[in-house]
Amino acid sequence: MSESTHGIGGLTFDAKKRARPPELNVLFALILIIGVFELLGAFLMGQSFLFDSADRFDSFLNEARLKIIILQVSIIGIIAIGSTQVIISGGIDLSPGSVVGLTAMIAMSFAQVAEVNGNPNPKAVFGPAWMDLPAIVPLVVGLSVGIAAGLINGLLIAYTRIPPFIATLGMMVTARGAAKWWTKGQPVSFPTEGYASIGQGMMPVLLFILLAVLFALILRFTVYGKRTYAIGSNEDAARMSGINVARHKVLVYTIAGALAAFAAVVLSAKNLTAQAGMGVMYELDAIAMTVIGGVSLAGGRGSIVGTVLGALIFGVIISGFTFLRLDAYYQEMVKGAIIVGAVVLDQWRQGRMAAKM
Amino acid sequence: MSDLQTNISSGEFPHDAPGTSDVILETRGLTKHYGGVHALENANFTLRKGEHVAIMGDNGAGKSTFVRQITGVEQFTRGEIIFDGKNVKFENPMEARQAGIETVFQTLALADQLDVPDNLFLGRELVKFKLGPFSILDYKAMRERTMEALVKTGVKIPNIRGTIERMSGGQRQCVAIARTATFHSKLTIMDEPTAALGVQETAQVENIIRTLKEQGEPLILISHNMRQVMDLCDRIVVFRRGRICADIDITAGDVTGEEVVAYITGAKTQPQFEDAA
Ligand SMILES: Nc1ncnc2c1ncn2[C@@H]1O[C@H](COP(=O)(O)OP(=O)(O)O)[C@@H](O)[C@H]1O
Ligand SMILES: [Mg+2]
Repeated sequence: MSESTHGIGGLTFDAKKRARPPELNVLFALILIIGVFELLGAFLMGQSFLFDSADRFDSFLNEARLKIIILQVSIIGIIAIGSTQVIISGGIDLSPGSVVGLTAMIAMSFAQVAEVNGNPNPKAVFGPAWMDLPAIVPLVVGLSVGIAAGLINGLLIAYTRIPPFIATLGMMVTARGAAKWWTKGQPVSFPTEGYASIGQGMMPVLLFILLAVLFALILRFTVYGKRTYAIGSNEDAARMSGINVARHKVLVYTIAGALAAFAAVVLSAKNLTAQAGMGVMYELDAIAMTVIGGVSLAGGRGSIVGTVLGALIFGVIISGFTFLRLDAYYQEMVKGAIIVGAVVLDQWRQGRMAAKM
Repeated sequence: MSDLQTNISSGEFPHDAPGTSDVILETRGLTKHYGGVHALENANFTLRKGEHVAIMGDNGAGKSTFVRQITGVEQFTRGEIIFDGKNVKFENPMEARQAGIETVFQTLALADQLDVPDNLFLGRELVKFKLGPFSILDYKAMRERTMEALVKTGVKIPNIRGTIERMSGGQRQCVAIARTATFHSKLTIMDEPTAALGVQETAQVENIIRTLKEQGEPLILISHNMRQVMDLCDRIVVFRRGRICADIDITAGDVTGEEVVAYITGAKTQPQFEDAA
């Protein structure tokens, strides 16, 4: 049914007549922003942002910078995949940053080596019986922590009248507290090689891409995806249609928790250490990526493809500022502006949609 | 009054085994109180198979309340509902729907950001491959069934893959109605389906209702539009202050709009409902 098909009585389902996907606008925005940095680079720095102008590299592109951009967004990008489905369902999750901290601490505790350079591990959390375990153990433990946190979020939101904002804010504070309590604030370090390999090289990027593809397919082609959109679009209609909205929401937040935990494993494996303060503000970065990518905070609208593009825009802007040698302070301020700007854009889009009706 | 062919609906029909009686729905003494508000009082109502009955009455007369009791949206205070020969008390709209009652509610239950097939199959998606919540959707089958439903109801929508938010009020209403026709229902209920529509859109919805009539599908139509009711229905049941005050057969064509209005406003009451007035 790729071409226009005229059904009986003038009914059609013409693929070409479909509205331009909003992801295309996000892609244009990405290209535009890269263009701006190229221009600024040419005028201010005398060099190109993404292209290899100085012939320093074998290829046409500045691979090093590209890698940095993609690498630095992929871990928060994994969280953003979870945030995307939460926001599409009409909710919000403020807890992933803290869940990252807690999960990293606990998972890393099960990933430690017994001996460092012939001496006992100075950061040991457990006794030797709990060391040198295969990487699957900390992975499963970590995911369980995230799933538990997400499950609690989901149960609170679905079965009490606590709004998602408050329920997940509670989890944000509690999980951060638990992360500090776990080792009384001490960092946990020296993971096994197996565990470390989860976060080395371009592994985070590969995992991000795999998860993005998986969830893009889930949201597009499964009953779960369809109902997630339906609930965000009109919760009453979904309920009237016999969808078990409460149970569905529990699943949505649980999956978000699992993805946050997975990001924590990748992050701690990459850094070879876990600290209670890991992941602070990651939830806001993830929400920003999501909203920049065209996911509406009002629910029912958006896609994983959009979020991936949103993540790239986010990464390009951050490394663009580094490229222009602007202070880290400016970066933070600009990040704040991006988040607010994205929400303003979303409001404006919603207003325009409402006006069309 | 004698020139009106009337029928008293309560308890007149014996009820037989499911499917054998010609009565599809009967309510006996159906009552709903919201605290002190007696929104529905002792409603005795009967609908035969293939019959199209209009429910009329002023705003606040209890029409929507009546529908909400039948469709399981709310739990009634007192009374009995006999649907398809069985005593029923639906806990939620889904149960009513599973039993074969499809309803177009006054507030449309559509997901704006989804397209037509998505809305038609909301909550009862067709799947290619069962995997629990992650079952794979059968988009092709849902599109085909959607086309069938649209043809069956005579609904014309330029592009079924368009999202609901891009559609006019009439098209939305048509989607909501087509949705009831997608599944083999035993009874369709529409609560003021044309209240917010323009002339042409109203005509389209009326055509759908005629199609349902031809197909012998019973219908309860709540409407304020006298011409529409006279055109489309076999009988008018008038509600006033939570009670049924008239049950008028209009198939003979000798009933005037003025008479019906007189019942609605309370100027007249049929003798058999005198105690209700
Ligand atoms: N949930 C409710 N709580 C209290 N009163 C209600 C509720 N729903 C309806 N009513 C009252 O019941 C009466 C009938 O309302 P309704 O059935 O909506 O009227 P209609 O559909 O005929 O216009 C009105 O007086 C209305 O205010
Ligand atoms: Mg009403």
